[in-house]
Amino acid sequence: MVEAKGLGLTFKTADGDVIALTDVNLDIRKGEFVSFIGPSGCGKTTFLRVIADLEQPTSGSITVNGTSPADARANRSYGYVFQAPALFPWRNIERNVALPLEIMGYGAADRKDRIEKSLALVNLEGFEKKFPWQLSGGMQQRASIARALAFDADLLLMDEPFGALDEIVRDHLNSELLKLWAATQKTIAFVTHSIPEAVYLSTKIVVMSPRPGRVTDVIESTLPAERPLEIRETPEFLAIAHRVREGLRAGHSYDE
Amino acid sequence: MSLLQRILAAAGAGLAAIGLVFTFASTEGAPIAVWEFPLAAAYLALAVASAARFRVQFSLWLDAALAALGAVALVGALDTIQQAGAGYWFALASSWMLAWLFAERLSQAIARGQAAELTGVVIPVIFGIAILVAWETITRGANVPRVLLPSPSGIGASLIDNMGKIAADLQQTFVKSVLSGYVMGCGAGFAIAIAVDRSPFLKRGLLPLGNFISALPLIGIAPIMVMWFGFDWPSKAAVVVIMTFFPMLVNTVAGLNAAGRMERDLMRTYASGYWQTLFTLRLPAAAPFVFNALKINSTLALIGAIVAEFFGTPIVGMGFRISSEIGKLNVELVWAEIAVAALAGSVFYWVVALVERAVTFWHPSVRGGRA
Repeated sequence: MVEAKGLGLTFKTADGDVIALTDVNLDIRKGEFVSFIGPSGCGKTTFLRVIADLEQPTSGSITVNGTSPADARANRSYGYVFQAPALFPWRNIERNVALPLEIMGYGAADRKDRIEKSLALVNLEGFEKKFPWQLSGGMQQRASIARALAFDADLLLMDEPFGALDEIVRDHLNSELLKLWAATQKTIAFVTHSIPEAVYLSTKIVVMSPRPGRVTDVIESTLPAERPLEIRETPEFLAIAHRVREGLRAGHSYDE
Repeated sequence: MSLLQRILAAAGAGLAAIGLVFTFASTEGAPIAVWEFPLAAAYLALAVASAARFRVQFSLWLDAALAALGAVALVGALDTIQQAGAGYWFALASSWMLAWLFAERLSQAIARGQAAELTGVVIPVIFGIAILVAWETITRGANVPRVLLPSPSGIGASLIDNMGKIAADLQQTFVKSVLSGYVMGCGAGFAIAIAVDRSPFLKRGLLPLGNFISALPLIGIAPIMVMWFGFDWPSKAAVVVIMTFFPMLVNTVAGLNAAGRMERDLMRTYASGYWQTLFTLRLPAAAPFVFNALKINSTLALIGAIVAEFFGTPIVGMGFRISSEIGKLNVELVWAEIAVAALAGSVFYWVVALVERAVTFWHPSVRGGRA
């Protein structure tokens, strides 16, 4: 689904060059749930934005869905969920979910059908006519996920979607996200800075470290596909979490 | 009763009592006693009697009735007196205190839930009436020269007598000059703002030019526009265009940058085109800014048109009427024109604000700050 080879990205700023990513080699296969974890400045969001063609790499190569990121964007082959819901306050939930469908020129009947389906996937039936500011933060983020699902792209890119939510809501949304992933068979790339979240959700965990941003470890999860929230207390879960923590520590220099 | 209410009640009764002592009015130097004005005498007696409120409570609406009786009696007395005396002014002050007391008691009752929320509209109305009564009684009772300040009744009479003239002036100035200039000026500002936003080259060139035009003094521009576009309304509309263009341009340019980074990225991930993003994201996000300019311009446009008419106009128009009637010392008509202009401007502003509320219902400033 996504293939990066020797990928690098350097931002030119007034204070000199900032190496956001260097020598990233990574494969995301179809149907995988891949988490990117690391401290801030490690380039995890930048990598997601490169996949989405919101940033241009300065070296190496990357293909998304077999094409360049620019073509993948033009083909509308991914949905992107941002850190904040970024819903348009002048549109109600239904019309927010309809936004990508309007831009992409779907017919009215098809739109109605897709809005209904994607709102059902995130359990927001009955809130179609509400405006974003009438909903809680968790519900707003669910609506933004529904919006990303509406046009049924195979790849879902999620940039710390639950970062601003409290832990109870986040647990709930995590288990809903797993169900959604199982139901839709999508490929998900998920940026987070929470170890339990990464381990709980992923089939593959990419550990990254900053200065320069790079991949330090790629962990294939051995957890079963069926994951109740209690799985987070099993020794297997803790072992993976431990390895992630070790990876983060190895990449982190303490001399600052 | 709160302290303020006690003070107002005591003042209302006390001033009435003092009013009974002094001469009420005089005609050709001869004093007239208050007894010759039964209504005013009745008011003063009842106002003094209202001091009983410190023993027994009575309805706040009785205060309203009492203050209204005072206002009616004092305004009615003006027809027969030449010069108001000290008694008259004490009676006026007394009725004002009682009206104030009523407003105070009513707002307290509303706050406590003892009176319907809707009765709250009475308070600003009372305030307006109190101002008009004071204006009327002072100008006529103290014989203020009408050239300095005509009485409201004189202005009202002039308004009714000259209804035809004023309607024609309103049609000429407001409908022809203001509305057409407003639509053209705001439309041009809006369109240029979109062009400026599209091209950095235009931004560097047009924004300073727009700034320059807005800095041109209105009274310098107006005669030139009369030279260019003739005496009739097009020259006034041109002045209005110049006045309204820049606020719209600057506000729209700022508004087009109001959409957040994340929302723009979102539109990019949909591979949305420039015009699609403009219409679905950036213009709706700019709406509060655009309406801000529309509101500012609604009052600017009227000022511009009226002032421009001072520099040459056919014999119709609000600015023309004001400048010609002041020369004839027909101040009542001047004031009537000013009142109509202010009213038209307020209604214009209010209509724009109403449309704004409907269009930007989602904005925190409209929906009451809920995040």
